[in-house]
Order: sequence, then C-alpha cells, then structure tokens
Amino acid sequence: MSKVVIIGAGPAGLSAAITCAKKGLDVLVLDEFMKAGGRLLGQLYEEPDGSWWNGIHESTRLYNQAKDLGIQVKLNTPVNHIEKVDHEWVIYTEENTFYTNHLLLATGAAESPVPVPGWTLPGVMSVGAAQVMTNVHRVKPGERGVIIGVNVLSAAIAMELQLAGVEVACMTLPKMNKITSDATDPKKVLNSLLPVSHMAPSEFIKLGSKLMRNDFMKKLGVTFYPKKGVKMWNIPIQLRKAVIEIYGENQVEGVTIATITSDGEVIAGSEEKIPADFVCIAGGLYPLAELAGVAGCPFYLIEELGGYVPLHNERMETTLDGLYIAGNITGIEGAKVAATQGITAGLSIARNSGIIGLEKEIQESVRSIDHTRDRAHIQFHPNVKRGKRKVQEQWKAYYNG
Amino acid sequence: MNRRILEHPILGNLDDQYDVSFTFNNKVYEGCGNEPLAAALLANGVRTLRHHEESGSPRGIYCNIGHCYECRVTVNGQPAVRACLTPIEEGMVVESIGKLPTPVRDWRGEDE
Repeated sequence: MSKVVIIGAGPAGLSAAITCAKKGLDVLVLDEFMKAGGRLLGQLYEEPDGSWWNGIHESTRLYNQAKDLGIQVKLNTPVNHIEKVDHEWVIYTEENTFYTNHLLLATGAAESPVPVPGWTLPGVMSVGAAQVMTNVHRVKPGERGVIIGVNVLSAAIAMELQLAGVEVACMTLPKMNKITSDATDPKKVLNSLLPVSHMAPSEFIKLGSKLMRNDFMKKLGVTFYPKKGVKMWNIPIQLRKAVIEIYGENQVEGVTIATITSDGEVIAGSEEKIPADFVCIAGGLYPLAELAGVAGCPFYLIEELGGYVPLHNERMETTLDGLYIAGNITGIEGAKVAATQGITAGLSIARNSGIIGLEKEIQESVRSIDHTRDRAHIQFHPNVKRGKRKVQEQWKAYYNG
Repeated sequence: MNRRILEHPILGNLDDQYDVSFTFNNKVYEGCGNEPLAAALLANGVRTLRHHEESGSPRGIYCNIGHCYECRVTVNGQPAVRACLTPIEEGMVVESIGKLPTPVRDWRGEDE
C-alpha cells in the first residue's frame, strides 16, 4: 500500500494525517512553511468561556500527535506540480517526487490584495503578514501601523497587534470602496461595513462585547463615538474617509486619507496625513486551489465560500479518483471547521484504501462538520451554509447530468 | 532599535537569543536560528529586501507566507529565494536582487 500524501500541515492536513495514521495508514505530510500548523499559527482570540484560543499551542499539539503516530512531516517543501500518471498521483517538489493513490489537498487560503497607490513601498504588507510576523516570529511589523480594509480578519489582527504592544493608528477603507455611512448611529455604521466585511454586524458587536469580558481588553476599551465615527478596542475606524495613497521615500512614512463623497469622490482640502511606519492591507481571503486546478478538478464560483472552490462532496472527495480536499480550499472558515473536515477526509481515505466498517464513523464525522460550523463564533462569511449547499447541488448535478 | 516582541500578555515571554550571524549586502547581522530571513532582517530594522527588476523601486515583504514572491533575495549565490520561507543559518550570504540592465519595455513596444 502506498503512503497517503497530504499537502498542507495546517489544522485540516494534520487532522487528516492523524485520522489516517490511527486507521493504520502510512502518511506523509508536505508543507512549504518552516513550522507545522499553517495559518492556525498566529491565531489568538478569546473564547466565549473566557479562555484564549492560542494557535501556536493548538498547532504544537496537533504536530506532536502526528509525530507520536509516526507520521512523516516534511517542512520547507513547496509542491510545484501534481499530476495523475497511470493510476497514481505524482507530487513534484524541488528535491523529490512522491507517488500515492490517495492525495489530500489541504492548501488553505490566500489573501486578496487591494492595490492602493504606494502599496509596493517596503513596510506595506498583507494583514496576515503582520499577524505571522507578530505572533509566530515575534518581530514587530513596525511601531505604528494603519490597516486598510475593515473585516473580521483585520479586526482580529488589529487586536492582536495591540496585545503585542504595536500601535494601530486607525483602520480605514481603501479609496475604491464606495461606503456611504450614517455616522450618527454606530449600529448603522457597522451595518455599512457589511458589504466590505461579509459579516453580520451583530457578530461584530458580539465579538467586541466578548472581548470586553477579559480584563486586559477592558483596559483597551470598547467605546463608540458616533459623531467621530467608531472606535473598536480604542482603534478609530474611519468609515467616511478613505486612503488616497501610501506615502514614503524609500519605505512607508504614512498614509494620506481624505473624506469621500457617497460616490467615492475625494472632497478637496479634506486630505490629512497619518504618520505610520507600516501599513496592512486586508482584502479578505480566497481558497488557495491552484493544485486542484492543475489536477483538473471542476470548479465553481461560490461567493459565500470566498471564491472558486473545487467540486467536492460532503466526504471531502473530489470528482477525481484518489484526490481529496479539506480546509479552506473548500471555502473560507475557521480552523476548527478545517480540522473536522480533515478528520472526514482522513476517514474517506481510509475507507477508499480498503479499511472496512467505517461508514457510520464517516457519517458522524460529516455531521460534526456542521455542528462545528454552527458553534463557530467568528464567521468569515455569514452565508457559508448556503454556499456549502450550492456545492452539494453542483455535485449532484455533475453526476446526474 | 529592538523590534522583537519579548514580552506578550497571552503568548508569554521569550529570551532574546541571538545565535546566528549572516550577511545581507555584505553587512553582518545577527538573528535567531529558527527564524526566517525576512523576520531576522526586519528585527534588525531592514525593510528593503530588493529593488524591482524593471523599475528599480524598493520592495520588502508583502504576504510573509510564500505566496507573493515580493521578498525574493539571493541566498549563497542562489537567486530568487523567498526570504519569508528561508530559515537563517550560520554564515549565510544574502544579497538583494537589483534592477536589471535590460529595459524590458523596449521589445514589448515593438511587438505591439
């Protein structure tokens, strides 16, 4: 029996690997990063019960479990191509070529860039870059930053930057976003965030109030200033202003913001400079599915899932024999959902490898994905369940023609 | 200026352990052996990793996880290595990639 190969050592990939190994399969996990955990590394937020979700601890726990089960994890190993040759999947990396009958793609997500004048200056980075620098590598992305793009991810990372002692001067919108806002009512202001954030404003408020329970967060404070806009965790969120440009000679020195009309036109004379030594761009996440693309998976554009996703069923099988997907490649969600999808994929691989008597376990596992989704208190896309239904409808249509 | 986050209310404290020396554009820097080049350089205050091949404009890290290739540098003679994914090693020789001598736009205009 050939080794199961899993691309991606995040929560989905490691959970799948652990599941396969527990069923007696030989597993190899590949990841291009230097540490296992994927983007679970660096996640830091407070649970509803007041405990902290520490992505580094979770990653270490999964990684140690995988090692204890004898799973081979090859880090610093980017996969540059996959293809089916005869009946085997061939996985190409710079140093080696691997072969398997069962290949799981758990490649996660990538960040959508938002081009803003000046965004190539050193010091401008994606918001996820700042998170990794801060929480994983423990290096400050800068002393004082501006975040362009207001959404669930950027709000969470703004809070993480503050925890690490990095000042967030403000969160604002890029010029291209035409946001009309009624700044007299914080609720309406948050409602206006909806098209940008793909997140229910009630969730936004709930997130704030949950973080308030923690003493440290109480110090940071959650205050709404209707007339001046809105502050979250003491960070001004500029909704009626937009970044015109990021300025600096050889690196970021600050941003120029201006008041914009409802059509997005700059009101002359309203320009204002905010000094900063770094700028984060937050354009949201999309499934990172290139390898499924080169493999030949059919794709569907599902807005609720963050973009194009490879066609798959509830058991994490694709239309291609021996190819599976799990985690954010199937749609943008949190690490806990990714992990349950990984477990389901692992069970499907075990069953398709000839291990019998797994049917009930697989069905339970599929249900636990839904349960985990229902319990998630941070949701990137409010209509993710509708998105998931659409994929299943497409799956049926694909096979029933 | 030290850019390392040695104290953290949730993640805990770290020791400031510099155990690896490497060079970037012939200047010696110190870093921690388990960290990538991009982090080691930023901790030393270095933001500009290269200059764009065509325009010569300065570039640094953008995505920090290997997707964007903005942080590519030459490592021990090998060009186009991603600084964000490459752990520093003792004695590593790192160099910026600069503007290329051939203006790319010339032939593009003729083709159109």
